[in-house]
Amino acid sequence: MGLEKYLPDGIILTTVEKAVNWSRKSSLWPLGFGLACCAIEMMSTFASRYDLARFGMEVMRPSPRQADLMIVAGRLSVRMAPIIRQLYDQMPNPKYVISMGACASCGGIFNNYAIVQGVDRVIPVDVYVPGCPPRPEQLIDGIMKLRAKIEKEKLKSDA
Amino acid sequence: MMTSIVEEKLRKEYSDKILDISTFRGDLNVVIKPGDVIEICRFLKTEPDLKFNFLSCITAADYLGKREIRFEVVYILFSIPNRKRIILKTRVNEGEEIPTLASLWRTADWQEREVFDMFGIRFAGHPNLKRILMDDDWVGYPQRKDFPLTYEVPHFSHNKGEIDTRDKAPWRGDNDG
Amino acid sequence: MAKPETMTINMGPQHPATHGVLRIELDLEGETIIDARPIIGYLHTGIEKNMEAKTYTQALTMTDRMDYLAPMSNNLVYVGAIEKLMEVEVPPRAEYVRVIMTELTRLASHLVWLGTHAIDIGAMSMLLYCFREREKIVQMYEFVSGVRMMSSYFRVGGLAQDIPPGFDKRVKDILGTFPAKIAEYEGLLTNNRIWRNRTIGVGTISAEAAIDAGLSGPNLRGSGVAWDIRKSNPYSYYDRFEFDIPTGKNGDVYDRYKVRLEEMRQSLRIIGQAVGGIPEGPYITTDRKIALPPKNEVLQGMEQLIHQFKIVVHGFTPPKGDVYFAIESPKGEIGCYLVSDGTKKPYRVHFRPPSFVNISALPKLVIGRMVADVIACIGSIDIVLGEIDR
Repeated sequence: MGLEKYLPDGIILTTVEKAVNWSRKSSLWPLGFGLACCAIEMMSTFASRYDLARFGMEVMRPSPRQADLMIVAGRLSVRMAPIIRQLYDQMPNPKYVISMGACASCGGIFNNYAIVQGVDRVIPVDVYVPGCPPRPEQLIDGIMKLRAKIEKEKLKSDA
Repeated sequence: MMTSIVEEKLRKEYSDKILDISTFRGDLNVVIKPGDVIEICRFLKTEPDLKFNFLSCITAADYLGKREIRFEVVYILFSIPNRKRIILKTRVNEGEEIPTLASLWRTADWQEREVFDMFGIRFAGHPNLKRILMDDDWVGYPQRKDFPLTYEVPHFSHNKGEIDTRDKAPWRGDNDG
Repeated sequence: MAKPETMTINMGPQHPATHGVLRIELDLEGETIIDARPIIGYLHTGIEKNMEAKTYTQALTMTDRMDYLAPMSNNLVYVGAIEKLMEVEVPPRAEYVRVIMTELTRLASHLVWLGTHAIDIGAMSMLLYCFREREKIVQMYEFVSGVRMMSSYFRVGGLAQDIPPGFDKRVKDILGTFPAKIAEYEGLLTNNRIWRNRTIGVGTISAEAAIDAGLSGPNLRGSGVAWDIRKSNPYSYYDRFEFDIPTGKNGDVYDRYKVRLEEMRQSLRIIGQAVGGIPEGPYITTDRKIALPPKNEVLQGMEQLIHQFKIVVHGFTPPKGDVYFAIESPKGEIGCYLVSDGTKKPYRVHFRPPSFVNISALPKLVIGRMVADVIACIGSIDIVLGEIDR
């Protein structure tokens, strides 16, 4: 914008929407919700080689009331389904869900009586990451897509 | 050989109670009646030469349509000092009860609960016979052969809208399936 | 003075001690535990029933997902049960590679145990160190099979494919760096006052109570019982390698920690002996009713083409009968009870999970102690929920 060259150094102009989205996407706090094997790959992604702290996700909150990203890593069994719904309801807005792995996205290799065929039957999902288990690079790619999605969000009041 | 010592002792003491005894792939398999399980297990555990002091596993198999007696409960015992394994089997029909081994080994508690949960075989005298892997109000016994694996069929474009059997699973208690 | 009442609290399925979805109901009087009831089943997957619907080789991929920290151990017990039933000879090259990969698996599993156990007690940097070492082992998995975790590398009669060239060099690199890392972990924890205060005398179990409860593996060896299936009923060429079985004295959390650290050193010893002399030869049995023939022969010969077709489309059929085969997994005795009715699909498969039996002994370890000791005890038992619930 032409206005910026009349302002002193170090001041930029932007919209509230862009600033809010930028701060939301840069400091997502994940809820540690590892269920099964994908949880180990998620822990590897948080470890030192594929460091997730560089994306602002340093703190992994154990309590849902303080987290805004739930990474459902692993197979969701029928017995666990009400609990994940309760956890999702306890998270404050704005909240995002990444479904990590084939079992969370669609039931995976287990098409039987005990596994919910896809976690999106119980909670709404933003990004699906396939794989069994997905490599850490795939999970990071899913997180980058989520950040791109957050960047395009419109500012609206959650009345 | 250790296997023949065990076989000899069992034949001597309990020749009337053993239905079948054989060696298959190096392991001794003994078939007994359900009522004699506690007595023979106590004999195997306390006899000085045998000392089968470790209960590895209690499991069951469903032979629906293949055998007269439907279920077979399998006990696998191991002797730590003698390093030998023995497999005991009993056969029960639906509705019959087997006495529990929880008084001899504490580990039998959870293993028998799992057999009850998956097959519906009750154990008489068990301290806490409840479901362990499934929900408490689950209907049906999943590992039986007449319990279906699933009622869901993946939807492709050629059968989209045709089959939606998600609501008809009997374990949801909806209707008789 | 008010009389203390019993309070029941729930350590719910979602809690940060990263061991999975385990729920424990604790009855407390003040802060002392009167009763503890572990409740499992929140990850029940129906693996055993699902395996009855697949052929033997397809069902092998499901065994990886049970104990997902030591996937090759599960593969080995399932494949070993089928080989025992069918009386298949495994060639020496495959047996050596199986030993090396299984011991690397044991290292990987103990590393995750150490990282999560230490972070539960409070030593946060141990998690990052252990996962850094685990990356090397996971890259070995990827080197031989292409997959980081769920490799399904073993097949009935041998391996899925031959080891690539450069395998022994990479394994020797790992052997070169690991002893220093284990010494680093010992230096951080073993004589640390906080670690000793939180682990010595906590969660004690005597040898008789441990055998009665069905404990196996490092949990039993920590109480002084020197039983290791690799020594007592050896499988897969373990009787050709020299290694010791570490045992503890008191049966508390500290002894189990020392036993597992020493087991890591013994695993390195076994790998060192095996990698020096991997024999040449076929990597899978030459019985063409069970194993696929090499690809160049399939493309040229008629008989091999027919064998390939029959095995891939139909699968092999073991004889009728049932067997039980047990190995020493990093967590204890894992066994596979396999019933075959002569068709290409297993009739009944049951896995005896070590963690299922080990966690049932938790009440005995924690009754009379404080709430914080529950976390230390769960960590020292080393459970994997995928195996408990199957």
